[in-house]
Amino acid sequence: MLHKFAKFVVSCTVLLILAGSLVTSHDAGLSVPDWPTSYGWNMFTFPPRLWVANIFYEHGHRLIASSVGFLTIVLTLWLWLKDPRPWLRWFGVAALGAVVAQGLLGGMTVLLLLPPAVSTAHAALAEIFFCMTVAIALFTSPGWMRGHDGEADPNGNPGPFLQRLATLTTILIFLQILVGATMRHTGAGLAIPDFPLMFGRVVPDHWDAGIAIHFAHRLGAVVVALAVLTTAICIWRRHPDRAELAQPALVSVLLTIVQLTLGALTIITRRDPWINSVHVVCGALVLITSLVITLRSWRVKFVAGVPHAENGEVAA
Amino acid sequence: MRQRNVWMGTVAIAFAASVVACGGGTPSNTSAPPSAPAATPAGQKVDTAVAGKVAGTVLVEGTVPKNDPIKMNADPVCVRENKEPQFQATYVVSSDGKSLGNVFVYVKDGLGNYVYDTPTDKATIDQKNCRYHPHVFGVRVNQPIEIINSDPTLHNIHALPKGNSEFNTGQPIQGMKMTHTFDKKEIMVPFKCDVHSWMNAYVGVLDHPYFAVTKDDGKFELKDLPAGTYTIEAWHEKLGTQEVKVTLAEKESKEVTFTFKAAAPTTTNN
Repeated sequence: MLHKFAKFVVSCTVLLILAGSLVTSHDAGLSVPDWPTSYGWNMFTFPPRLWVANIFYEHGHRLIASSVGFLTIVLTLWLWLKDPRPWLRWFGVAALGAVVAQGLLGGMTVLLLLPPAVSTAHAALAEIFFCMTVAIALFTSPGWMRGHDGEADPNGNPGPFLQRLATLTTILIFLQILVGATMRHTGAGLAIPDFPLMFGRVVPDHWDAGIAIHFAHRLGAVVVALAVLTTAICIWRRHPDRAELAQPALVSVLLTIVQLTLGALTIITRRDPWINSVHVVCGALVLITSLVITLRSWRVKFVAGVPHAENGEVAA
Repeated sequence: MRQRNVWMGTVAIAFAASVVACGGGTPSNTSAPPSAPAATPAGQKVDTAVAGKVAGTVLVEGTVPKNDPIKMNADPVCVRENKEPQFQATYVVSSDGKSLGNVFVYVKDGLGNYVYDTPTDKATIDQKNCRYHPHVFGVRVNQPIEIINSDPTLHNIHALPKGNSEFNTGQPIQGMKMTHTFDKKEIMVPFKCDVHSWMNAYVGVLDHPYFAVTKDDGKFELKDLPAGTYTIEAWHEKLGTQEVKVTLAEKESKEVTFTFKAAAPTTTNN
């Protein structure tokens, strides 16, 4: 039950990331100029008839964020009361701290009039919090508690190479998202306006800060795609029978293909708000898929010396 | 070695400073340095009895692009308040298509040390029918600007200056008013409404009274100018800026013409 609730929190966080990216894509971040109030109203009593135009996105984002914050409180309490693993309890507290900090950062973006550094930090912490909720869902899953088939065989365990490769891939994806967030919040999303060429060339013939950030994001996309593919091939060749690794590897490759397509479409459509926003969400999904692979590849080290819950389930 | 690095760093900083000081950034279109009336003592007021005038017209050549249509359906109140199709006010041209409105014309340089009383009367920008009125206007440094919401819907007024302080304030109730001042001169300060993304306006903030905004006949007048040589600039939100140099004797009136090209902004010197 705890695991199902954690998955529900993950789903709500996906919705929250979509709502947040829609705010940026519609340039609606300052459409409600005050915080934590909304045009002087308490956020929860702000009349729906006033949720017009861009306020719909900004106020909707605040309400969904508040809901996710509440759900995280419940999740943390639940972990604290029912999970036997102290480190996971504290991890839940850390997730709660992250979502509170994220709310404060969101408020700062409004009160400080969207300084790029704060907005980018808000985007980065969103990804970190999302990863934390996914990790909690994974740590409370039957597969994690019970162990996966093949793990008992020492030869079947992912070696240090895959562990490091998966970790590196996850870090690269996170860095790529950071560059993307910087690009969005510095208004460099169309600094290079054509695709696949750049100003009609393979490499831009002139540079400024926006072009450099945009170029870094395109270059990062190639690096991340190669890293994801390399990790997947490594898993499929060395551990084809380990479904808990092979399946997310396939998902990560498919999501990366979709993500590259969405990135191209974002430019071709001149940053259509919905395509741009789904691009952000898909990036987050690529990240957590890689995170799941990474954590599963390290599972043996995680659970070493820790007593398993009976029947592979946390009492809940 | 460390001392050598310090010296090299000092030389590099000095070089960078000299480039900045010499205007190593944007090239200037003016051919001669501004000629401030050297004889004007600091703190002197303009003697309007002997002052002159610069008047003129802003013209546009080429095919002027059509103004972008505005879709207001994100806010039912805006739809209700506007029965006719709405378009941006970027290009306001006369019926013959030759003269250009919404151009901010002002004395950019040459006024020297004259001083002017800060007006106490308020300039006004009104949010009415989900549009800003006026779209382009000018104010003086520290002159109060009254911002009004005449609409039965909410707006936020968000100013995005580069030299002055940015602000963003909500006006959720019809009839709300607020007053703001800018304390530095700046050409131009954009206003936007983040709720209704089509709403935009521009204000020029100056430390003197010599500015005007053209209507669709393209005409403007800068009255009570003392004798001197001036750089006069015309600013348009899409077509850029143009400058002319004018030398004015006492009580003299001169006519100048700015001609913008719809394809690309150019500079003319009369």
